[in-house]
This record gives sequence, structure tokens and C-alpha cells, in this order.
Amino acid sequence: MANRLVYILPLMVFLIMAVYFAIGLSKDPSILPSALINKPIPEFSLPPIDGGPGKGFSSADLRGNGVSVINVFASWCVPCRVEHPLIARLAALKVATVYGLNFKDKPKKALKWLQEMGDPYAAHGSDPKGRVAIDFGVYGIPETFIIDNDGIIRYKYVGPINPGRLEKEILPIIKKFSP
Amino acid sequence: MTAEIGHFALILALLIATMQATLPLIGAHKGYGSWMATARPAAVTQFGLVAISFGCLTQLYLTSDFSVLNVVQNSHTAKPLIYKIAGVWANHEGSLLLWVLILSLFGSAVAVFGSNLPPRLRARVLSVQAMIAVGFYLFMLLTSNPFERVFPAPINGQDLNPLLQDPGLAIHPPMLYLGYVGFSMAFSFAIAALIEGRVDAAWARWVRPWTLAAWCFLTGGITLGSWWAYYELGWGGWWFWDPVENASFMPWLAGTALLHSSTVVEKRDTLKGWTILLAIITFSLSLLGTFLVRSGVLTSVHAFATDPARGVFILAFLIIVIGGSLALFAWRAPQLVSTGVFQPISREGALLLNNLIMATAAAAVLLGTLYPLLLDAIGGGKISVGPPFFNAVFIPLMVPMIAAMAVGPMLSWKRADLKPALTRLWTAALAAGAIMLAAWALFADGPVMGVLGIGLAGWLFIGTLVELGGRLQLFKVPLSDSFSRLRRTPRAAWGMTLAHLGLAITIAGMVGAGAWRTESIQAMKPGDTVTVAGYEFTFDGAKDGKGPNYSITEGTFRVFKGGKAVVTLNPEKRIYMVSKRQTTEAAIHTTFFGDLYAVVGDQDPSGAYVTRLYFNPLVAWMWGGVVIMVCAGCLSLTDRRHRIGAPAKSRAQGRVTAQTAGA
Repeated sequence: MANRLVYILPLMVFLIMAVYFAIGLSKDPSILPSALINKPIPEFSLPPIDGGPGKGFSSADLRGNGVSVINVFASWCVPCRVEHPLIARLAALKVATVYGLNFKDKPKKALKWLQEMGDPYAAHGSDPKGRVAIDFGVYGIPETFIIDNDGIIRYKYVGPINPGRLEKEILPIIKKFSP
Repeated sequence: MTAEIGHFALILALLIATMQATLPLIGAHKGYGSWMATARPAAVTQFGLVAISFGCLTQLYLTSDFSVLNVVQNSHTAKPLIYKIAGVWANHEGSLLLWVLILSLFGSAVAVFGSNLPPRLRARVLSVQAMIAVGFYLFMLLTSNPFERVFPAPINGQDLNPLLQDPGLAIHPPMLYLGYVGFSMAFSFAIAALIEGRVDAAWARWVRPWTLAAWCFLTGGITLGSWWAYYELGWGGWWFWDPVENASFMPWLAGTALLHSSTVVEKRDTLKGWTILLAIITFSLSLLGTFLVRSGVLTSVHAFATDPARGVFILAFLIIVIGGSLALFAWRAPQLVSTGVFQPISREGALLLNNLIMATAAAAVLLGTLYPLLLDAIGGGKISVGPPFFNAVFIPLMVPMIAAMAVGPMLSWKRADLKPALTRLWTAALAAGAIMLAAWALFADGPVMGVLGIGLAGWLFIGTLVELGGRLQLFKVPLSDSFSRLRRTPRAAWGMTLAHLGLAITIAGMVGAGAWRTESIQAMKPGDTVTVAGYEFTFDGAKDGKGPNYSITEGTFRVFKGGKAVVTLNPEKRIYMVSKRQTTEAAIHTTFFGDLYAVVGDQDPSGAYVTRLYFNPLVAWMWGGVVIMVCAGCLSLTDRRHRIGAPAKSRAQGRVTAQTAGA
């Protein structure tokens, strides 16, 4: 009897997987990320990257200081490298305060990365366990959020931003919510 | 008109496949010879019809017929000829058409060359093949018709994703699909054997060449993809644990296990249920791989077609194929009788260890790929597991496997002693130690895993040579005797030796490129010099130019070592005119010890260019090792015992195989 059970096991495992697939299918990947749009930011306070400059940032910094941008990045994330020059360009325009959220990274590697690639961030916060990122609904990094003067999330983009996205979406939205 | 012919041929193929899926199966059950006989002409006709359909789509691409939606979305008149052809399968609908083309090609190969198969088994195999085909035809005709018309027809197309306009990627999908679909043969044979309730050495001999051929194609296909990522994405990396890569890697792991366990079925008449299960799992992972990328269940950085609407069909299809076959397995597999018995320390034991590790690795990759999805489904929030997860799980699994891999081939079948095998491996241990010391001296500040990894590669390489030497009785009998033993060694045994050597070389390459890579990313003005791994890169500036359907910014780097000029590198940045998308063409100079790799990026307001310069040690070894592995597979395919159906051993061969032949 126990022997028989072994042969049924693969089928059981597969059926459980199939149930998960079915649930996964019922969720539309393109809609979910926008669930937080027009909602206030979650409360958080992030320390700076260990050994790095600045004193981190928190939800309080994002209220009443104009439009802010949070860019979620990590040194192990290859697409982050691709978009980094654009984040730098955005920061140089000085239309919004750009914060960097360092996601599940080793402080040393993150600092080396910032040193090599340039550090455009007004402040960066370290989120080694990804707790704050989960509150923000981070799906896959890089991700970029735009937060208005009242601390309401107005825009979210998953994946590396490209020049078109920056010109046509990000900058107009920042402009729209600038006080 | 061409589009309608292609569409109609596809519908006819569905009808033929439906017939082929039912009549021969019933015929085999009831013993109606004439019903069984329908399978062969049906399989050949099916292939003919799909070939017509595929030819039609190719013709539409060649003539840039923009009244067809698929051509509009993926082509452009200014596109070079080779990418017009590659455009046929570089999209969702076309790639499915390629899939069924290969499936029906293999089906007709069984029909034409399978004369020495028992008629009942052949009828059942072809019937199972047709069942898979029916699913694919329905999926295409109902949700993804490549011949959809568009009205009014636009003047020009939207062009193929420029990242995909590359010679490596033009042949990458066909190779991958030849691998995926090749495993469908192992699957069909497994299901037919379950229905029949019999698995024997002759069965294993039929399954092996298909598995081996599929494995060769898949290995080549994965490597082409990895090579493409290396030179085209311009990130200097070659493997990113991206869901799309994992989708092809999982069937490879399971297929490699299947390759080894089918040897045990053939030689020792045991591990039957396990081998059947592996055949089912391998093909299930191939199906999952084909569909995961396209269903929208998983989103990936470089998934080029996602459409949740198709997901429901895909899920239903997967449940029927995988669930159905696993249910059949649960019902029938306990009746398969194994006669061979073996001790844990034996060739069978070593192959089983390989199987367990490979299967665990495949499960780990599956978990890592699906985990974000699973967690989301139970409301655990959205997370992503990156390379940290895969490296943490994968490396500890591979270390014992590589260590055991040198020992396994030295063990005898049934029952073996570990001690003499290990004693013979002292040279390998010595070599591994020496290599580790050298690596440690060269890269003292590098990761410890690098030193361990390169030592393992040396251990496997030398260990495999020692095993070969032992088989030839080198230095124990006169050299001429060794030479005649060399000549009598069956090609399958050569295949194993070469494949293991190739893997050792590949591992060395992976370790080198993974652990000891040097990179430097900076903004450079013309005249600036940067030193990377002892090479001085002098930037001479960049100039603009024009390609057939893109504009170029081409940078020039002169590379020196110790004052002597080494090479001039010309990386490009391309902007495609139609889609305005940008690609990087890295400039790579390959040497025996490593690749010099340069990428030129955007220009900043001060006039400096962002440049990325890398030294990637031993990368060429990685590709070279894989080429050896694929050649080894092909060599093994030409072994004479694959050309004869029944397990008839010649006396001369029997002597050698009894003691040595393996994978």
C-alpha cells in the first residue's frame, strides 16, 4: 500500500501546482502593480546603506517636500545598471527629489556599485530584508515610484525605464503633481 | 491566398492528427491490424500539411505581405533577408508553428524508420504523438492563428524586436525546440510502454537515441541563448537565472537524468518506473517551458509575448497532458517488473545518485522560478528571488555531483568497492590540489568558491582521463594492446568520456567567468585610459554611422598590455529606425585565458561616453566545453547498437561493454 502511494505522489504534487497556476492566472499581472496608485505611502523609516553617506530616509521626508521619486535598485540587478544613467539624468533635472531604495543587497557591494555608476540619489535607504519593498508592492526590480507632495503614490513603473518612458510619462506626471 | 492555404493546411493537419490519435490506439487495444496501420501514412501526411503551412507563412514573410497581422507585427521591408526568415519563428504564433512542424517531423521519422519496432508499440507511440499535436493545433487555431488578416493593410510593418535581429538568435529557437520536441518522443514511448505494461532493454534502446538527440539540441540551444545574452545584451554576463532561461534549463536537467537512467534500464533491467517518470517529467518541463514564457503566468524581463487570455487554454492543456500521464503512471507503473538488483555502491547506485541530484536541481530551479507566483497566489505579497537564491541552492547541489562524477564510471555494475576506485583517483586528487593552490595564488582576493570550483573541474577532468586509461589498461599491457582496446571501445563509451571531459572544461569556464571577472564602468572622454586586469584600454572617441535598418554609434578602444598593442575594439550602439529601440553590440576579443569585452553607452552632456569594460577569464572554455559535450552526444548517437533494434550483442563488443560501457 505504501509502495502504491509513492506512484501517486507525482500526480498529487502536480495537481497542487495546477491549483496555484489557476490562482496565478486569475490575477492579471498588468493590473496588480497599480493597486497602490493613489493610495498614501506606507509608513517606513530606512537607515542609510551601512558605511555610506546620508542618514537614510523615511515616509516623513516624502510629505510636504514637493514631488519625490523612489527608485528601487540593487547591485545584483542587471537591468538597474541599464536604467541608472536615466535616473541620474532625472535627478540632474531637479524637478523631483530622487531617493534610492537599496533592495536585498550587501552594503559593500551597493556602495561599490554607487561609486562606479555614480550616486544621483538625494538620499538612499537600505532594505536588506525587503520589508519596506513588500509594503510598496515591489514586484521585480528595478521599480520606480512617483509620490506627490502629500505622500500619495501617483505612478509606478516595473522594469528599467527608457528615454521614451522618461520623457513621455515620468516627467509629465512629475510636472502635473508639482505644487 | 497564401495565408488561406496555410490556414487550411493547418485545419487539415488537425483533422488528420485527431484520426491518428484515436484509430491506431483502439486498433492496438483490440488487435485490429488495419486500424494500427493507419498511423504511419497519417503521420507522414500530417508532416506534409504542416510543412505546407509553414512554407506559406515563410512565403508571406519573404514577400512582406502586410495584409497578415503576424507579418505586420514582426517584419519590415528594410529588414535583411535572414531576419525576414527568422521573423517567422521569432514571435508567439510562428514559434508554435515551428513547434508542430518539428513534432510532426519526428512523428513521421518514427513512421518511416520504425520498421523494426513492434507494430503495437509503434501504433501507440504515433497515437500519443498525435494527441500532443492535436492540443497544439487547437491552441493555434483557437487562440493564436498566425494567418490572421488585417484590414486595411498598413504600408509597412512594425519590425522585429531589434534584440532578436541577430544570427545567434535566428537559430536559437529552432535548436531549443528540436530539444523540447525531441523529448516528446521519450514521452510518447513512455506512455506507450505504460499502456502496454512492458519496459525492456529494446524499449530503452529505442528511447535513448531520441533522448540523446534531443539533449544535444537542447544543450546547443541553451548555449546559443547564453552566448547571445553574453555578446548582445552588453552586460558582460552569460546567465541571469531569468525565468525564460530557467524554462529551458529545467528540461535539460531532467533530460540529463533521463539519459543516465535509461542506460540502467537498457543494461540492467531496473529503475524502470523511475525512468518512465523521468521521461514524463522531462517532457512536462519542456511543455511548461514552452508555455510559461507565453502564458502571462510569469512575466520576465525578456518575454516577448505575454497574453493572459491564452493562459486558460494552456493550463487546461497542461492538466490534461501532465495530469493524465501522471495518473496513468500512478495506475500502471506499479506493474512494471524490474529484475536487476544492485547494491548502493555500484554503477547503478552512482547513476541513481546523479539522477537524484539532477532531479533535485530541476525541482529547485522550478521552485525558484515559480515561488514568486506561488507566494502571490496565497496572498504572501509579491517578492522576487534573484540569482542569490539560485546560487545558494544550485552550487551546493552541484559540488557533490561533480565530485561523484569522477568516481561513478569506475564502479562496476551491480556491486562495487569504493576503495580501489578512490585509490586509482589519487592522481586526480593531486591535480585538483595543485590547480587549487595555483588558483589561490593567482586570485587570493577572489571568492573561495572560485578556488573550489576550479579544483573540482580539474578533479573531474583528470578523473575521467584516469578512468579512460584504466579502460585501456594503459601502462599495464603493451601499448599496442592498449591501442587495440582503444579501437574496440564502443562509441557510446567514448561519448561518455568526452561529455564528462567537456563538462569539466565548461565548469572551469563558468567558474573563471563567474568568480574572477574584472569590470570597470565609467564615463570616458576621447584620450582617456582605463586599466582592467592589466590591460590598458584607451578610448579614441566614437563616430556615427548607418546600417541597413538602424543607425550606429561606434566607439574605438585601443588595448595595450605592457606598452604593446593587443587589439582594437569597436563596440557599437545601434538605434533601430522603426521601433526606436536601442541595442548594444559588445566588442569582444577572445583569448585562451579570457575575453576582453567593451561596450559603449550613452553620451553625457559633457561629451563623455559611458563605457563598460570587462575582463572575463576563461569564457572561451565555457563555449568550447559545450561544443565537446554536444559532439560527444552526436558521437554516441552513431554507436552501432542504436542502429540495430534488438539487444543483440556481438561477441567482440560484448567483452568490452561488459566491463566499461556507460553513458
